[in-house]
Amino acid sequence: MTEIIKLKNVAKHYYMGDDVVKALDGVDISIEKGSFVAIMGPSGSGKSTGMNLIGSLDLPTSGEIYLDEHDISHLTESELAQIRGKKIGFIFQSFNLIPNLTAKENIMLPMLFQGLEKNERESRAEELLGLVDLKDRINHYPNQLSGGQQQRVAIARALANDPEVILADEPTGNLDTKTGENVLQFLENLNKKGKTIVMVTHDSKLAEKHAQKIYWLKDGKIEKVTRKEKEKWKTVK
Amino acid sequence: MITDYFILALKNLRKRKLRAWLTMLGIFISIATIFVLISLSLGLQNAVEEQFRQFGTDKIFIQPRGQIAGPGTGGAVELTKNDVEVVEKVIGVKDITWWIIATGEIEFKDEKRFFNIIGFPLDQSDVFIETGFYKADEGEVLDEEDFGKVMIGSQYKYNNVFKRPIKERDIISVNGKNFVVEGILESLGNPADDRLVYMSEEEFREITEIEDRIDTIIAQVEPGEDINEVADRIKRKLLKSRDLTEKTRDFSILTPEEVLETFRIVLNIITAFLLGVAGISLLVGGIGIVNTMYTSVLERTKEIGIMKAVGARNSDIFLIFLIESGLLGLVGGVIGVILGFGISKGIEFIAINQLGTTLLQAAFPFYLVAGSLLFAFVIGALSGALPALQASKLNPVDALRYE
Ligand SMILES: Nc1ncnc2c1ncn2[C@@H]1O[C@H](COP(=O)(O)OP(=O)(O)OP(=O)(O)O)[C@@H](O)[C@H]1O
Ligand SMILES: [Mg+2]
Repeated sequence: MTEIIKLKNVAKHYYMGDDVVKALDGVDISIEKGSFVAIMGPSGSGKSTGMNLIGSLDLPTSGEIYLDEHDISHLTESELAQIRGKKIGFIFQSFNLIPNLTAKENIMLPMLFQGLEKNERESRAEELLGLVDLKDRINHYPNQLSGGQQQRVAIARALANDPEVILADEPTGNLDTKTGENVLQFLENLNKKGKTIVMVTHDSKLAEKHAQKIYWLKDGKIEKVTRKEKEKWKTVK
Repeated sequence: MITDYFILALKNLRKRKLRAWLTMLGIFISIATIFVLISLSLGLQNAVEEQFRQFGTDKIFIQPRGQIAGPGTGGAVELTKNDVEVVEKVIGVKDITWWIIATGEIEFKDEKRFFNIIGFPLDQSDVFIETGFYKADEGEVLDEEDFGKVMIGSQYKYNNVFKRPIKERDIISVNGKNFVVEGILESLGNPADDRLVYMSEEEFREITEIEDRIDTIIAQVEPGEDINEVADRIKRKLLKSRDLTEKTRDFSILTPEEVLETFRIVLNIITAFLLGVAGISLLVGGIGIVNTMYTSVLERTKEIGIMKAVGARNSDIFLIFLIESGLLGLVGGVIGVILGFGISKGIEFIAINQLGTTLLQAAFPFYLVAGSLLFAFVIGALSGALPALQASKLNPVDALRYE
């Protein structure tokens, strides 16, 4: 399997006065194309930091990050923004929809930044709203939607530019168990259709139920890597 | 793409809180002020130019120098009949007239008032009437041989100068001598001018006991002659006859173009000064926008992070915020222009109804409206540039973490 994203000996340090917070401290992560990967770990272990690096939302203090075999750790912010908008879709724990925009407009936003024509953006947004079963909420504002509905809009938005990778940081964290399970089922379906999914969670049951590979983080380091083979989890590292 | 940013900015503006709009007060007050100033200044300029056009551009005015307080106030320097004779003979001068002004006691039906009276030579009345663009509203203007008669300004008829309005054929007394009112003039647009009483030079001298003095000589230039050349010739002849040099010259020669130019310069200086004051208020208004936009950037930090996460480049964020603050300025501009339009019209109304002058008319050329709006947009955008730059440079991860 080809790797779509690869982190090589990546560190992310935050300097606060004389103190250094080593959010990530020399990790290797590789995400194979079409796989469903989970990143597990206790609070403060560096999961979100790792996710942001994978999603080229941030640059590492040291180490290399490859996206489609291109080193992106030295790109400018604008170049990163373009790549990120095209190849990666983000889903956040707190949905992060823009409150002044309707469901449809929120979904159109990533396409706007890729320079798509308005009618193209509109028809694609409507199609995606159909996919997440929210056709009847097109012109609703985020505060008029339930948490689960908001997260589905966020998923539709993540899919807007038909990215290869979907990154989800605790996507079920703000949802009840049943709604959360629906969202995960949806992500799994996307994975079956060929999308690469990377999900951050601290719920090991969820991770083991849906993912094929799990990175276990602790204090900015990788504690272990497990992989599901024939419905059984094996430690591979 | 840009139009989409405009739509996005408009959506954001619609959701603005009242507080944000209040900071725009400064913008629309200053835009309104600027609008009113320019519109009235243009209107005044138009009105004056119109008057000058009616005046004719073929007349040269000769006055004694040093009459800062206006003609008739007296001074050492005087023009006399001798000067008239000199000017008359200058090549290029077609016709000549002159006038003298003084204060007179006017009596009508046992009421007495003091107003300026003017004497002019009746045998040159055509030139005089043409120069002043006098038209009779009632009766007729003074003609040759109209001795014992006066023509009077419109205020005597319409503005209750005396208890009862004066009509054609009424008898009024000036400095104790009775005159028949031959005509009442149309308004000249200026209240003081509309209270003048005109009569023959001979009778004027008789009742005022002014012997030789002439306040203004008006020379009409032959068609086809260059008015500036004729003015120059008159100047040289007068210098010679009065035994003066350019340095000791005690009279001034004005052509309408020069008067108009002087007027324009003065008006422009006043307007520029007032615009400067308005500019300061605009600066304050701009600071209001800076403040609003900084607050807005802060409030929407998370939103900026989201937009960056879904692929917005720094330049996209910059543009979105720049356009938004430009539109904020534009909205202020629209309100300012509407406000300014109302105020200008109000001033015009007051000028006509209370001051009786038609000179202060507001003008609203298209470029003034468009210019004000564009200006407001640019001020808004400029004020928002720094906050927009700050917004665009936010680190996406930090912005997303912002609550
Ligand atoms: N901008 C920052 N400045 C300083 N320290 C930071 C910054 N961002 C993250 N950290 C630190 O880095 C460490 C890892 O943070 P991170 O958000 O990746 O944790 P996490 O695994 O996602 O935790 P959680 O499960 O609570 O979301 C934490 O100790 C955090 O305090
Ligand atoms: Mg986290």
